[in-house]
Amino acid sequence: MEQFLQQFASGLASGAIYACVALALVMIFVSTDHINFAQGEMAMFSTFVCWQLMQWGIGFWGALIIAAVLSFIVGMLVERIVLRPLHSAPVLSIVVVFIGLLAIFHSLAGAIWTHTIKEVPSPFPKVTFFGSGYIGPHQIGMIIVTFALLVALFAFFRFTPLGLAMRAAAQNPTSARLAGVRVDWMLALGWGLAAAVGAVAGAMVAPVVYLEPNMMAGILLYGFAAALVGGISSPGGAVAGGFIVGVLENMVAFFGNLLERTTGFYLIGNGEKLTVALLIVIVMLTVKPSGLFGHVTVKRV
Amino acid sequence: MAALLEVKGLKAYYGQTQALHDVSFTIAAGGITTLLGANGAGKTTTLRAICAMIRTDGEVLFDGRPIRGFATENIVRLGVAHVPEGRGTFTTLSVDENLKIAAYTRSDRAAVKRDLDKVFEYFPRLKERLSQQAGTLSGGEQQMLAIARALMLSPRLMLLDEPSFGLAPLIVQEIFRIMRRINEEAGVSMLLVEQNAALALNLAEEAYVLETGRVVMSGKAKDVKNDEGIRRSYLGY
Repeated sequence: MEQFLQQFASGLASGAIYACVALALVMIFVSTDHINFAQGEMAMFSTFVCWQLMQWGIGFWGALIIAAVLSFIVGMLVERIVLRPLHSAPVLSIVVVFIGLLAIFHSLAGAIWTHTIKEVPSPFPKVTFFGSGYIGPHQIGMIIVTFALLVALFAFFRFTPLGLAMRAAAQNPTSARLAGVRVDWMLALGWGLAAAVGAVAGAMVAPVVYLEPNMMAGILLYGFAAALVGGISSPGGAVAGGFIVGVLENMVAFFGNLLERTTGFYLIGNGEKLTVALLIVIVMLTVKPSGLFGHVTVKRV
Repeated sequence: MAALLEVKGLKAYYGQTQALHDVSFTIAAGGITTLLGANGAGKTTTLRAICAMIRTDGEVLFDGRPIRGFATENIVRLGVAHVPEGRGTFTTLSVDENLKIAAYTRSDRAAVKRDLDKVFEYFPRLKERLSQQAGTLSGGEQQMLAIARALMLSPRLMLLDEPSFGLAPLIVQEIFRIMRRINEEAGVSMLLVEQNAALALNLAEEAYVLETGRVVMSGKAKDVKNDEGIRRSYLGY
């Protein structure tokens, strides 16, 4: 039972990270209708920037804020410079560009900061409290940060004119222009926001997995799974999806181990966690492509 | 009356194909002008050309000021509201959000509130459906929403692209009645593109007839309406 709770809690903690990554993916999807495959590498790069700032003596939160702002700017520049000429290009060309971006950010990070792993300290105080046996302070901190991010983004999209303009620009660019919305800037803004959310996700995950250029490779996959479970167009769904995927992968491993201990029959274990994420992607796409919380768009024909 | 919109020698292109050849016309401030013609005559293209939604050449003056070469969103911000072909509904947003986004560029909240009240007076049905997803509205309601969105821009000129398209005659009548009210009460000038020539000529004061991208005739709407020759050769009724 104790082990079960531990696994559950650590599932929630990793779920928080998947949720952040999924949020960043959703951000670009709702504003541009694309899935950015370079999201993970951009987040990793932002985390290196954050780490570098900390090496120069800036505190964790200060460094994170600066890194997030820089990421926001770089995200916007990527959209304006790299993707702008491709606005009317077929979707496959854009996918190829995303993969190119992935490779560029990956090797750039390796070239600047080398591939040796770096330790990033947790920004949260190491306190013991009731239940600390199950979940650490950093894990709880991650969950809180994820929720704060979600609430902020939700409020932005739901209640601010700029958020509404971004949604309108994504949904019907022509009509948005006819309402006076500067659509090109809305797309760039979506990229900037996604990059900033990615920076937060990276800084949260780095103390857990250590910082190196491959840091986000597996996590991005979980992020995809989370976004799909939640519904790729729904920020709230992405966060719920993150927690669901995080807990699910740990539960599958836990019950797999339990099965092996009791019957001696090995079906599934810790080694197959990533497979779980892939299975989730496949099952969601075949059974319910709109996700658990995404809405099916009604179209009049 | 002074001209609000003056189009001189307007050419428009889809890729390599030239769709408009030296189209010229003027719209009087406060007036309603209609563009008539068969399918493919260049009516929609003319509206799109005014709003810089396609590649153009020539001269477009709005309130005496050249606007050709401006970005679409900047032309809109000057007070040109385009109610596009197909209505341009933001289908996944609510009716309320559709109306709000149209007022996105305006900062005077009190004036926006006044315009919203006026929109609800014109289209009480939209008020009932405020929280409904706009894509689920009927065709007529979506056309009302499209005109309402244009009104929320507080425009000086409305470009209306076939507001009667695909709608039942009763609804068309209602929409045209409201368009007349908008023109009379708010003083909004209109450029109306219609397939339904009889309907358009009843509403408009001036008429231009397009054929294969050229203006082939123009005049007072009532003269065009009464000229059997024009009716037979260009308007098909």
